Amino acid sequence: MTALALLGRGRRGGLGALGTTAAVVIVAAVVLAVLGPALTSADPDASDFANAYAPPGPGHRLGFDGQGRDLLARLLTGARTSLLGPLWVVALSMTAGTLIAIAAAWFGGWLDSVVSAALDVMFAFPGVLLAMLVAAVFGPGLSAAVLALSVAYLPYIARLLRGAALAERRKPYVQALEVQGAGSVAICLRHLVPNLMPLIAAQATLFFGYAMVDLAIVSYFGLGVRPPTADWGVMVAGGQPGVLQGYLAESLLAGGCIVVLVVAFNVLGERLSDDCGQGGTFGPSRWWRPGRGGTA
Amino acid sequence: MAAYLMRRALMLAVTLLVSSFVVFAGLSLAPGNPLATLSGGRSLPPESVAVLVQRYHLNEPFLVRYVTWLGNAVRGDLGVSIILRQDVSDLISARSGTTIALILYAALIVLVGGVALGLLAALRPGVVDAIVVMSTALVVAVPPFVAAIVLIGVFAVRLRWLPALGNGAGLWEQIRHLTLPALALAAAATAAVARVTRTTVREELGREHVQTAISRGLPYAAVVRRHALRNAAVPISTLAGMTVASMIALAAVVERAFSLNGLGAYLVSAALSKDFAVVQGISLVLVTAFVLVNTLVDVGAALLDPRIKLGGRA
Amino acid sequence: MSDPINRRMSDLLDISGLTVRLPLQGLPRTVLSQVSLRVGAGEAVGLVGESGSGKSMTARSIVRLLPTGAHAEGSIRFGGADVAALRGPALRELRRRVPMVFQDPRAHINPVRTVGDFLTEALRAHGRTPRRAAEERAVGVLEEVGVAGGRRRLRQYPHELSGGLLQRVMIAAALLTEPLLLLADEPTTALDVTTQAEVMAVLDELRRERGLAMLFITHDLELAAAVCDRTAVMYAGRVMEVRASALLHQHPLHPYTTALSAARPRLDRRAERLVTTPGRPLSAFEAPHGCPFAPRCAHVRQRCHDTRPDLLPLAGGQVACLRAEELRQERAVPHE
Repeated sequence: MTALALLGRGRRGGLGALGTTAAVVIVAAVVLAVLGPALTSADPDASDFANAYAPPGPGHRLGFDGQGRDLLARLLTGARTSLLGPLWVVALSMTAGTLIAIAAAWFGGWLDSVVSAALDVMFAFPGVLLAMLVAAVFGPGLSAAVLALSVAYLPYIARLLRGAALAERRKPYVQALEVQGAGSVAICLRHLVPNLMPLIAAQATLFFGYAMVDLAIVSYFGLGVRPPTADWGVMVAGGQPGVLQGYLAESLLAGGCIVVLVVAFNVLGERLSDDCGQGGTFGPSRWWRPGRGGTA
Repeated sequence: MAAYLMRRALMLAVTLLVSSFVVFAGLSLAPGNPLATLSGGRSLPPESVAVLVQRYHLNEPFLVRYVTWLGNAVRGDLGVSIILRQDVSDLISARSGTTIALILYAALIVLVGGVALGLLAALRPGVVDAIVVMSTALVVAVPPFVAAIVLIGVFAVRLRWLPALGNGAGLWEQIRHLTLPALALAAAATAAVARVTRTTVREELGREHVQTAISRGLPYAAVVRRHALRNAAVPISTLAGMTVASMIALAAVVERAFSLNGLGAYLVSAALSKDFAVVQGISLVLVTAFVLVNTLVDVGAALLDPRIKLGGRA
Repeated sequence: MSDPINRRMSDLLDISGLTVRLPLQGLPRTVLSQVSLRVGAGEAVGLVGESGSGKSMTARSIVRLLPTGAHAEGSIRFGGADVAALRGPALRELRRRVPMVFQDPRAHINPVRTVGDFLTEALRAHGRTPRRAAEERAVGVLEEVGVAGGRRRLRQYPHELSGGLLQRVMIAAALLTEPLLLLADEPTTALDVTTQAEVMAVLDELRRERGLAMLFITHDLELAAAVCDRTAVMYAGRVMEVRASALLHQHPLHPYTTALSAARPRLDRRAERLVTTPGRPLSAFEAPHGCPFAPRCAHVRQRCHDTRPDLLPLAGGQVACLRAEELRQERAVPHE
């Protein structure tokens, strides 16, 4: 959670009320996911068809799903997979994206051209589509989906960071270091990466939200996390037959958790982006932030 | 302009070529031999194996197989579905109508609804603006499957205004059946377009050239239309185009949610049943459409904004 | 104040007691205070002052182009009509009759529309002139402002034209709507020195030919003297002095006008160092209780700090200085 590490040093008067609220929501979700099973005595996987769609009652504060499983327990357990998946996606795509971007920006020349061309082609694959393709080849599973999304996000992250790294590389202090005989790797690791860190953190936060939705979509298809494992995307899909009968609880609760967290990640990510003076960025799927003085 | 279009066409061709290679190479990346992947792990009678080996040229080198496959694909032959034992091309064309109609319907909602809401917020500061800003901030984060659940729960199950599932027969019924899916697909994108419209129109209204237009005594509606909205059209249409492109992949979500017989839903079921020829075929079609729409968005932006240098890409 | 010189032409524009407040950081701040100014038909009046003195705000008030939240008091009459009371079509008609030429044509012309669109849109919106006729007229006026190849220019975009050409286009646009009064807000400041003179010459010539009145805003006293019949000097949102341009330039009455003309380096005289006025220009809301120029004035007396001077007739013009008469005697300004 790079974003959280940055909480303490938000410049320009911190995160603001909205940003702080978003951060609190995220921290709360993480705490709930970690404590998870300790908060309820119910077993998330214990099924009792007698309780199918039963309303909330003592000991089962959110009621039951269509298979008579405790909804609160499933939501809490599901929080773990739903948060760990995006964490992996962000970690993988950010690490690879940063390395590629810095290498391309630093060495320039043919390497930069090749990287830029490769990124251009990678833009051709929407994340969800790539995840479906990978799931078809390797079989459904969370790790395949995580890998596919990491690859699909790579061009967006790498292109943005490459631009930032290029701008940073042209700054006089980098040239001064070079004149002093500092090695490329040392300059990159000790100066370039730390200076890009606020931008990387902001992007990581934004992409956490995107990854959360896209992973939920893949799981919703049955191509990611497999039922009966509790996961919010799986729960939205699992609750759908119930929706047609008027039982919205399972799908709506799981979907609501996703929406709340995604809003929180978007808000915090935008706040952090503002701090590093980053203009509009195009996300991998649906969201776009207008830049320059955009108050939206 | 001609040189720019040539360049874009060339880039498009290269991107399509490489992505078709990626789609095809997936086959040989798969664990186990290609035959197992093609058959989806089922054991096949020897004559079927022989047909497959011959059909996919499995005894030939990888690159030869790719070229053969691509050549057939360009001619409209995408192979045969292992499960349905039908031509993939026929299966695709039977389902693409639903998907295209769904995306066009959603795109219409995004453009009309998004621009109207954004304009309303930009021109009516205060309560109207605040309502639009807050509601779009929430809706922009609602993924299509959650939107689908809410829409089904409210409009189909509770209010019974519109049907929840299936395609429907006849034009009117088809439109009725597509309305909730299109709304679910369009919700987040509409909110995003509304927000961008609001910000960019506000920004343009504050520009000096709008002052000039007002100072020349043009009616305010003309100033908004001919200057603020016209200049905001570049970011708005770019975003709208990108969201429409993203719908090509996301249509699968609402097709599943509303049990529509479309391409995306078929891709999901083919991926689940490892019907690889179908996965390849649909992926190729979707990637082509995605890249085409994105190219059109870029070219459209260049046409809308004379300042965009036609020589290079940002 | 029925001053014969100021009334020699029938008044086209009559501003009296104009006070404008703008909300700045949540507080209403005075940016114009008791501005009174007249422009006769066919007369060119210069409006000179440092940046922030309220020149542009005065011009914008005339066509009601003030920022949102602005509050104006006093009266502005154009051709006898009260500008503040104009609504809808009448207001647009006023704006058509009083076009504005802005300082930075690059920012003030829509970059994504063609020059032709820019020139003809006002005609087509108002007079419902058909496209072809509007374009014909646009080409004609372009020719007049010295833009050759008008047909081709109409198809071009602003970024394809140089700053000087673009400013000529802006002037052409202003002339197209059969104006009565031209508001020129530092029309040459953003241009190269060589183009400045050309554009200025075009503006001056066409104005005289057509008998157009003009309110010419500049910070250059000499330029104002060259093109304007009368010149008003503004400081801290107030008019300090109004007189016939030649008189004002050669024999300034207000110490601020003196300081302004002294600050301009001269080619015909070698100066050891450029003359500067100590202190910085103030906005109206920062001005002290008495004379706003008092803190920077070389001739200041205690009463200048206590009493705010009114704009009073003196030597064929008007001056807002308590010591104007006294200083005039001291310097023995010859009477005409």
